[in-house]
Amino acid sequence: MKAKPRPSPQYADFMARAYAIELEATERYAQFAEQLETHNNHEVAQLFRKLAHIESLHARRILDEMQWPTMPAMPPAYAWETPEAPETAPFDALHYLMQPYHALEIALRCEREAQKYYENIAASRAPKQVRDAAREMAADEAGHVSLIEEWMKRVPKPGPGWDEDPDPPRLND
Amino acid sequence: MNAPLTVQLQAKDFKSDYKPVWCPGCGDYSVLSAITKALAMLNLRPENVAVVSGIGCSSRIPAYTTCYGFHGVHGRSLPAATGLKVARPDLTVLVASGDGDGYSIGGNHFLHACRRNVDLTYIVMDNHVYGMTKGQPSPTTEPDWCSKLAPGGTGVREFHPLVIALASGANFIARASSGDPNGCADLIAQAVRHPGFSFVEILSPCVTFRPEQRGWKDQVHPAPVAPTDDPARAARRLMTDDGFNIGVLYKGTRAPFAGAAAAAAHAVDDLEKAFQL
Repeated sequence: MKAKPRPSPQYADFMARAYAIELEATERYAQFAEQLETHNNHEVAQLFRKLAHIESLHARRILDEMQWPTMPAMPPAYAWETPEAPETAPFDALHYLMQPYHALEIALRCEREAQKYYENIAASRAPKQVRDAAREMAADEAGHVSLIEEWMKRVPKPGPGWDEDPDPPRLND
Repeated sequence: MNAPLTVQLQAKDFKSDYKPVWCPGCGDYSVLSAITKALAMLNLRPENVAVVSGIGCSSRIPAYTTCYGFHGVHGRSLPAATGLKVARPDLTVLVASGDGDGYSIGGNHFLHACRRNVDLTYIVMDNHVYGMTKGQPSPTTEPDWCSKLAPGGTGVREFHPLVIALASGANFIARASSGDPNGCADLIAQAVRHPGFSFVEILSPCVTFRPEQRGWKDQVHPAPVAPTDDPARAARRLMTDDGFNIGVLYKGTRAPFAGAAAAAAHAVDDLEKAFQL
């Protein structure tokens, strides 16, 4: 069998970043699931667990493709142009009364950001191997966008007042 | 013989198994993430770091890390941390607080910790409200913030922690935003590296009692000027600051309190001699 050519440093760096993106997304969704479990919103917590699992499969695929037995040397946490990695949902996106539709809205935004990130690299002057991989990943992310949009059609859209709590924690309303 | 294997720790290695109980959406989640990232960036180990706190939502942080932790008395995190750092100068000591714990109940300790300039990093999560006790105005609450607990607002001008820190002698002053966890991690790392008392004020929204603070992340902006080591210039900047400048705002050159030297000069034997009749 012909041995696989050794990846160029730029390609390896690109894939390490792609891995970091997936890993950070996995960890964030898992944190969101924990937060909502703590606040007894089990339906949305379960959905975030599912999203975390999906992202972890993407991360695994990168490790397999690169034949990395474990996590590669990671780029510095603050090396992104955005406040966090492009596919990481912000902490302030949550609400304790949120519904599955909101969770999917968050996931949709993250997938779109990731797609944009890879499209920018695909259109850049990066080496061909990196651009090709970025194009492939952008297409993957576009596929995820479509899947989430389909998913959202099957989930009830919250009406106005979804965040009204009959027994609110605050006294200042 | 093989050299000992040193492993670069990741942010997750500084997170404990205790799950935070803050409200979903709270800025403090982001601050916890920033602290753990900063400790990983600094290549520290949990057993060489202590996180000391007082009381309040933000003060829960020590339990959520794998570092040594001390969840102390309301407003008294700084005296406890000062004692710890002077006794154990080898430890990196972080102090976590909020605007109520740090500026009201612990306000006096804040002044004197700045003045003493012991090598501590003081991280204050400011949300302009007492969140844990259901939304009372705090020292940094705007005078016209109207709520059932303060109808029409307090009418009292707010405390300006950065100006107070500068006037009291803090050696490093920065403002961060929980909306930018990685930027926040970078500022915390810089604060830890800087000798002396480093103060990092983090705008960390309370989404339950001050939901309008979700908009802070769109209001913050990088400080337009480089950090200065000139207190007079820093004072002018801080006094005219809009409250949303992010970055290092003052980086002083004052030598930190010489805890180790002072401890060595007072060895137990020497102290005993002083009491001999």
